Amino acid sequence: MSSHEYTPSSKFGKWFNDRLPLLTLANHLTDYPTPKNLNYWWTFGGILTFCLITQIITGLVLAMHYIAHADLAFGSVEHIMRDVNYGWLIRYVHANGASMFFLAVYIHIFRALYYGSYKSPREIIWIIGMLIYFLMMATAFLGYVLPWGQMSFWGATVITNLFSAIPLVGESITHWLWGGYSVDNPTLTRFFSLHYLFPFLILGLVILHIWALHVPGNNNPIGIDIKKPSNDTVPFHPYIVIKDIFALLIFLIIFAFFVFFSPNILGHSDNYIEANPLVTPAHIVPEWYLLPFYAILRSIPDKLLGVIAMFAAIFVLVILPWLDTSKVRSALFRPIYKQFYWFLVADVLILGYMGAMPAEGIYLLIARVATAYYFIHFLVILPILGRKERTLNVPLSITEPVLGGMPNPSMAKAKSDKLKINSLG
Amino acid sequence: MSNSDKKKPNRRDFILTATTAAGAVGVGAAVWPLIDQMNPDASVKALASTEVDISSVQPGQSITVLWRGKPVFIKHRTPEEIEEARKVDLNELKHPEKDEDRAKKPEWLVTLGICTHLGCVPLTNKGDYEGGWFCPCHGSHYDTSGRIRSGPAPTNLEIPEYTFVDSNTIKIG
Repeated sequence: MSSHEYTPSSKFGKWFNDRLPLLTLANHLTDYPTPKNLNYWWTFGGILTFCLITQIITGLVLAMHYIAHADLAFGSVEHIMRDVNYGWLIRYVHANGASMFFLAVYIHIFRALYYGSYKSPREIIWIIGMLIYFLMMATAFLGYVLPWGQMSFWGATVITNLFSAIPLVGESITHWLWGGYSVDNPTLTRFFSLHYLFPFLILGLVILHIWALHVPGNNNPIGIDIKKPSNDTVPFHPYIVIKDIFALLIFLIIFAFFVFFSPNILGHSDNYIEANPLVTPAHIVPEWYLLPFYAILRSIPDKLLGVIAMFAAIFVLVILPWLDTSKVRSALFRPIYKQFYWFLVADVLILGYMGAMPAEGIYLLIARVATAYYFIHFLVILPILGRKERTLNVPLSITEPVLGGMPNPSMAKAKSDKLKINSLG
Repeated sequence: MSNSDKKKPNRRDFILTATTAAGAVGVGAAVWPLIDQMNPDASVKALASTEVDISSVQPGQSITVLWRGKPVFIKHRTPEEIEEARKVDLNELKHPEKDEDRAKKPEWLVTLGICTHLGCVPLTNKGDYEGGWFCPCHGSHYDTSGRIRSGPAPTNLEIPEYTFVDSNTIKIG
């Protein structure tokens, strides 16, 4: 970890630290050398940690009032909303917190895609991150079932039926998942148990994610390896801590807007109707953060292949470090990749929109094209682009473009032009 | 360790292999109850059959009953619907099944009310086929014999096990 040896100043601290080096760990975390050019896209790691802790604390409290039983769950959620002191607030924070968590994780993931943070030597950080993302989706799905409304019930039915696409053993697996012949009370109780467990698995993975991050250190906007500590770094505390807190406060304003002014806008009104196994809602839609994958599932006309495509969409992300063959990390120095990056962002947004629309006519056609493009981006464009693209010259250090001696003439010119303008102004 | 040790297993190798094997069996035996507890339990299996009185269902009508927590459609078909279902060319079908094999008595069609795609409940008398079903979730159309005609569902609506106890009662399961 830290390159220098740390000795606590107090005698007691030294005695304790010799037996359990917690103070060394704390010192590592505060002095941790961080690239000094990190921008606000780098603050989402801290925001995500906050989101996870918020979900765990509010969830812990909700579990004190919620009853996991098919006959009582729906009523107990209304009991939380109407009777429990501040129950409405805690539940709205938890429900909207899930959406905020995904909002932050998508920004975090797309930041990594833009600046090439998944590339060597950070593949393990990326893969652990993808595991966290996958567990987040599972946890969110399980949690959405707990209020036992119509969307809960039918969402659970549709998603668990995905497993029935597996040849031969599919039906046995769905019966095993349900604990019966349909989604019912045994399904609800096990979903509650797993929904309680998964966040702690995520917490464990988050610790590994940060640990793996602290081995090579942060990537940075220009995506170069830097010497640590050096002119290119600042200590994590107070520089990054203050920046993270400021970003978190801005994020909390958005969070609070949803909680206090439109707490149900991200949900579906059908979930305020109690689950009814005899009536399927006209329009089953998952929560917004799962829509791109739902669109991929529906765009394939074959049941098994649809399920495979959906899981493959996540799997291509896991193997991304080996699909992107470019040695240059940051999109700032990859002019063509930068354009494809924004195509991908648009493609995922289109998929998300199509996932919310009925699977027919023009919507289905667009969803199919977008699904094809999604896979082409990762499986065809990235491997070829890495070999063919002419990248711009990458500076040797973070300070170099600022203090001169640049190897990149275009950047030198831009800089001198800027200086002229400044001197004129 | 010399080379001869590697080639010739000695008593320690035997003990290690035997211990590992016994350990693996023991872990498997300990894990199985934890997995199997999730399968349908005795109380769920006990509700495995339902008797339904069908005397009041008129031709052209359809009722939905609950069996094992799932909807079952019982449709009293009109002569035209039966004819329609029986004259279909089997080559046109995604999942070819004769109507004669799907209905024990031609005027009564008993089928699970669960779309074979992802488990939604199809809507009765909706969709492209007269007297058939339409699944609103992902757009599967079933005909008046509950056979899949278009859409993503892979197979026909499933026929549960059922018997006619007498002319007015069906026992499902």
